Amino acid sequence: MKKIWMGIGVVCAVSLVSCGGGGTEAPKADAGGGAAAPAAGGAGAVPDEANGATITGKVMFDGTAPKEKTIDMSAVPACTRAHANAPAKSEEVIVNDNKTVKYAFVWIKSGLPEGTTWKVPSTPVMLDQNGCMYKPHVIGIMAGQNIEVKNSDPTNHNIHPSPTVNQEWNESQPPGSEDKMKTFARQEVMIPVKCNVHNWMRSYIGVVSHPFFAVTGDDGSFTIKGLPPGTYTLEVWHEKYGTQDQTITVGAKESKTQDFTIKG
Amino acid sequence: MPKDSSNPMGNAWLHRYSVLVLVCTFLLVIAGGLVTSNEAALAIPDWPLSYGKLVPPLEGGIRFEFAHRMLAATVALLTLILAFWIQASEQRLWLRRLGWMAVGAVLAQALLGGAAVKFVDPKPLSIAHACLAQICFGVMVAVVVGYALACPPEDQHQHWQAKAYPTVLAATAILLQTALGAAVRHNLTSAIPHIVGAGISTALVMWAGLGILIHHMEDTLLRRYATLLLSLTFVQVFLGVAAYMSRIATADDPQPMPMMIGFTVAHVAAGSLTFGAAVALALIVYRDARPANAVLAHGGMAVA
Repeated sequence: MKKIWMGIGVVCAVSLVSCGGGGTEAPKADAGGGAAAPAAGGAGAVPDEANGATITGKVMFDGTAPKEKTIDMSAVPACTRAHANAPAKSEEVIVNDNKTVKYAFVWIKSGLPEGTTWKVPSTPVMLDQNGCMYKPHVIGIMAGQNIEVKNSDPTNHNIHPSPTVNQEWNESQPPGSEDKMKTFARQEVMIPVKCNVHNWMRSYIGVVSHPFFAVTGDDGSFTIKGLPPGTYTLEVWHEKYGTQDQTITVGAKESKTQDFTIKG
Repeated sequence: MPKDSSNPMGNAWLHRYSVLVLVCTFLLVIAGGLVTSNEAALAIPDWPLSYGKLVPPLEGGIRFEFAHRMLAATVALLTLILAFWIQASEQRLWLRRLGWMAVGAVLAQALLGGAAVKFVDPKPLSIAHACLAQICFGVMVAVVVGYALACPPEDQHQHWQAKAYPTVLAATAILLQTALGAAVRHNLTSAIPHIVGAGISTALVMWAGLGILIHHMEDTLLRRYATLLLSLTFVQVFLGVAAYMSRIATADDPQPMPMMIGFTVAHVAAGSLTFGAAVALALIVYRDARPANAVLAHGGMAVA
């Protein structure tokens, strides 16, 4: 009996030491629910911008804009130095000057033709760790598309996405090290990303199985081009205020405006 | 050869050393609480090395996680020495077994911690890690208290079931509370099961503690430990409320705030002390409730 327990202990120890951290180097597909996306740059349909419909809009903010909270980086001098002129602020809620919201993720949640495989862009989307902040705070990618994770800081970071559908991973990235190419195989809106070395660092990645999504910027606007004619559920996601859905019908070459209003 | 230890506390240095190991184990619990509260659990993505080195760059969350690992290694080594020492100098078989049980628990805890890093913080593993930490502390308390316990005189024999069950139940409830608390901290459940569990375990502690105070007020040892258990439980309830309120109050802050970290770590630490007090009380009650001959004849004494 003792030998059995010793054997189990040895097997556990060896498997712990030998197994990997679960990182997914592009273009290898992650495990998870649903069908895995094709590799970046492979075959597939592309949005028909000439004949397809366009949806534009703004994500408006209704109410008093919350005060942006100051981040305390004093525990890490390298981070403090990066913000010597002005302390870093939380990017959780940013209300633009025109009363619109920055970093809202807008995407076609449903309504696209079934069975269409959309071409995955071969260009990676950059996620930079700069000034001990993620730049940008929110990104959108297609499932299977590469994310180029960069460390521009003179300090160590770990990148730790916490998906529920895709595979979770956690890897360190010392200063000056090579960029990491990562991918998520399955649609998931949204995946939180954290740095456990700097516990204020937080980012979100929207992974979608098609190319019809956008992230609002400094003017709070979004544009989704090349949609096939049809009726769609358009969703906006915000880190603090959650999601809102709207139904919209578009025809060929038609342009429609659909705004969202987030109540503060 | 084990020496005759019919006189408990015969080896004062061994007792002092076991207290030292207990204190280090308690510090390890606090270090673990600091890691979780600072959201630094995966600041070092590799194990057993740290950033591929023995000593990683000590910045940000890495400091908490690395200090936790170093303290864990120290406790493992101290516990191993303690087990060998008890083995060499103690006659009581149950105490020798308890020493090795502590070694097993600490090593299993290290493996669980490593697995949580390797498998990127799966919630069940993290909760098991928190619970086993509590068990490690409880076993160490049992070693320290058990070593100091004298065998009771013959005339103190009573029906142990009637006396020991409430304290055993209280200790078990506190351990389950640890699991629920860990589940809340790792976002596996809402706080409601933990709050309900707090009510149940407080009631059980009061049943055990007040029962002892009512019926055995004249027994100094029992009175002290029952009072300690009751006091720690009430402190723990207060800290639990404070930790919860501070979490709500700082929910919109961009990072864990010192107030929330302080109350949460204090809640974790007081939880361990409460569990330790319950284990100690159960052990004392059990000791008092058994005939001395039975203890010596069977060479063993169960631990709650």
